[in-house]
Amino acid sequence: MEDIGIVSYGGYIPRLRITAKEIASIWGKDGERMSSGLGVYEKSVPSIDQDTATISVEAARAALRRTNINPLDIEAIFIGSESHPYAVKPTGTIVGEAIGATPDLMIADYEFACKAGTAAIQNCVALVKAGYIRYGLAIGADTAQAAPGDALEYTAAAGGAAFIIGKEDVIASINYTYSYATDTPDFWRRAERKYPSHGGRFTGTPAYFKHITSCAKGLLEKAGTKPEDYDYAIFHQPNGKFPKKVAKILGFTSEQIKQGLLVPFIGNTYSGSSLVGLASVLDVAKPGDRIFLVSYGSGAGSDGFDITVTDNIMKLNRENAPSMKEMIDDKEYISYGIYAKYTDLLYWE
Amino acid sequence: MREVAVIGIGITKFGELWDKSFRQLIAEAGSKAIFDAGIEGKDIDALYIGSMSSGRFIGQEHVGALVADAAGFSHLHIPATRIEGACASGGLAVRQGYLSIASGVNDIVVVGGIEKMNDVAGASATETLATAADQEWEAFFGATFPGLYAMIATRHMHDYGTTKEQLAQVAVKNHANGAKNPYAQYKFEVTVEQVMAAVPVAHPLGLLDCSPVSDGAAAIVLCAMDKAKEFTDKPVKIIASGQASDTLPLHGRRDITTLDATVHAAKMAYKQANVTPKDIDVAEVHDCFTIAEICAIEDLGFVEKGKGGKAVEENITTLDGEIPVNTSGGLKAKGHPVGATGVAQIIEIVEQLRGEADKRQVEDARIGLAHNVGGSGATCVIHILEAI
Amino acid sequence: MKESVARFWREIPQRYNIIGNKCTVCGRVFFPPRESCPYCRRKSLGKMQKIQLSGKGKIVTYTIIHSATEDFEDQVPYPIAIVELDEGPRITAQIVDCKPEDVKIDMRVESTFRKIRQDGSTGAIYYGYKFRPMR
Repeated sequence: MEDIGIVSYGGYIPRLRITAKEIASIWGKDGERMSSGLGVYEKSVPSIDQDTATISVEAARAALRRTNINPLDIEAIFIGSESHPYAVKPTGTIVGEAIGATPDLMIADYEFACKAGTAAIQNCVALVKAGYIRYGLAIGADTAQAAPGDALEYTAAAGGAAFIIGKEDVIASINYTYSYATDTPDFWRRAERKYPSHGGRFTGTPAYFKHITSCAKGLLEKAGTKPEDYDYAIFHQPNGKFPKKVAKILGFTSEQIKQGLLVPFIGNTYSGSSLVGLASVLDVAKPGDRIFLVSYGSGAGSDGFDITVTDNIMKLNRENAPSMKEMIDDKEYISYGIYAKYTDLLYWE
Repeated sequence: MREVAVIGIGITKFGELWDKSFRQLIAEAGSKAIFDAGIEGKDIDALYIGSMSSGRFIGQEHVGALVADAAGFSHLHIPATRIEGACASGGLAVRQGYLSIASGVNDIVVVGGIEKMNDVAGASATETLATAADQEWEAFFGATFPGLYAMIATRHMHDYGTTKEQLAQVAVKNHANGAKNPYAQYKFEVTVEQVMAAVPVAHPLGLLDCSPVSDGAAAIVLCAMDKAKEFTDKPVKIIASGQASDTLPLHGRRDITTLDATVHAAKMAYKQANVTPKDIDVAEVHDCFTIAEICAIEDLGFVEKGKGGKAVEENITTLDGEIPVNTSGGLKAKGHPVGATGVAQIIEIVEQLRGEADKRQVEDARIGLAHNVGGSGATCVIHILEAI
Repeated sequence: MKESVARFWREIPQRYNIIGNKCTVCGRVFFPPRESCPYCRRKSLGKMQKIQLSGKGKIVTYTIIHSATEDFEDQVPYPIAIVELDEGPRITAQIVDCKPEDVKIDMRVESTFRKIRQDGSTGAIYYGYKFRPMR
């Protein structure tokens, strides 16, 4: 079987943070209770001059800095996000131009709630496998929106990760991928609406858990593997509780999910969520490590990946870009007032 | 080249002139200058008008003809030309008028300068002033006009130990002078403490380090020296006119704290007038910001490079100092209706050399210099005048 | 005044990627790219070569803007600096990812990709370089 997979990767987390406690204090809630209930202590916030395009560019540049790949050899860019800066006008062209990959390439923006980034990876894999492209760049990034006062406000965060997919010098082979999707309206944002709506507790059992467990089981069956065969497992992380619970249901240990579980410190980066987890795992992965990843996008679907880290990871210049941990640690706290200003809550006509 | 003299001057009050329009202002300044010179419309060979941004401030370009019309000269069909060089527009108009007479083309010209800045809201004025900077490579990235001079100040402080107090002393001195000038926008004195405590605009510059947004106009009548005596007993001769340019953005300059355009325009002017900085009895320099005056007195050679702050501290540039600078109050206190400034500077020097500067009079002033800068230093025009 | 997007679009290579040019006669590097070298002038015509600048440099001078134009009002106070790139050219840009009071002359900085301004809430978004303290 031909080795196709990740050739390089890069992540980006904005520096600003707001604590769950600070948000709770505005809405008359008990901050500690909110934090422990959600398993999220603080979340990353985009600065006033950051959006999905700038986060995607930073992540893509980090991925390029770790290799010697000529950006002109990237022949596809797919960006998954639910906060593309324009409703009509691609984010991908901004990224393509900013990394010097234009103009001989295909570009498209994807949307499938929080799993559009993994869909981008699958499509890059398919195009490489079909021989249509040499390298593809798949990005999942968001500056997640949440209505003021909504439970989502404690978790909706900003960040993203970029993956260069190819078949040369692969650092992490994608052995199998499997997807599972149904029409399940657990969370949505209507066209021309600023904030998403959701079905409350309906987002749990019939949505998140059903799709992730079904996808995971399908993938394990396809790959002929068992949970204990994996060194790391990453599940979509809308909060700190769900991924732990789904891991337990599937038979993964808390040790396996620890490295990829960033949500307690940065919140849910939506399309970036499982992918910043993957970037965090790749920051420390050794040759031979096996990674299990299942994303989840509301509406609803999951993409699963069975990944094996290769010897090439030792040749990747991982130190040429900051690790996810370094970016999580490099932070500055802001008040709810500044948060409101930066996330466009204060504007009026 | 023929010799050229100033035979008439006219100026409006500077300030927030809510009840005065662009036309009214230039007509007032122009008619005062014409009456002062004792000439008539038919004597005028050409009009030169300095205006930085009438297009953005009042939505009106084509102000050369507008001014001729407003002055009541439309039936005389006088050639009327508008000159633009950002904040140096007025000084450049003076130079064009001067050159047209020196060359022998004209005998008598009227040079006007005007800006009507308060017909737009505050933020728009800031934005328009920023058009004097490089739009693509400075303003686009959020640099404001005060911001550019603030960067000069930061570097000056770093290189020469200039202090915020010394900057403040420029404002204190110019306000003291402005308080004696009936046309000044700010006729009140300020203290170092007040300047230092003023609301920050662009660190290290505060509001009282900055010249104000002003309305106003100024006009002068220039005449070939050999005809000047027909109109006045006190012609003031323009003994030099120098001009130089430099990179548009501040970041392109050889040295952040030296305005090479000033250095070169000064060199040209001193050579033509055959004088040295020591011969200058009084000077109007372009103090759009307090740091600008410190750089100016250094770049004009009044003091050694880097000693500008110290010189101000030692009162060398006060009314009774070694070299009185900005006796009018400068742009800082007199006001800075951008296009009018360069012409108004000439008027102050003429008043000083005629001995008509009243409470601001510098004793025995015989040679005066006017220094007008465009942008953060991309254009500089300098005139040296002498009492006859 | 409504500006055409073309004006911003044509500067994308410079603003997104800090692409300058180099005079192959004397070796001087320029940003933004120049039509000719001011030192070699006519000798440099047709001999100017595009060059990708590193985006690394040091602060030559700076200010903190407290009173901004309308496009930048929501960002005050923000630092602006003149940065001398390692290849030589100097450029004016915002400094981000640090407190304004931490900005100092000679501080090492590197470029980052940010939103610079937008044409109101309905117009185009313009991206470009800002600088942050070197990691």
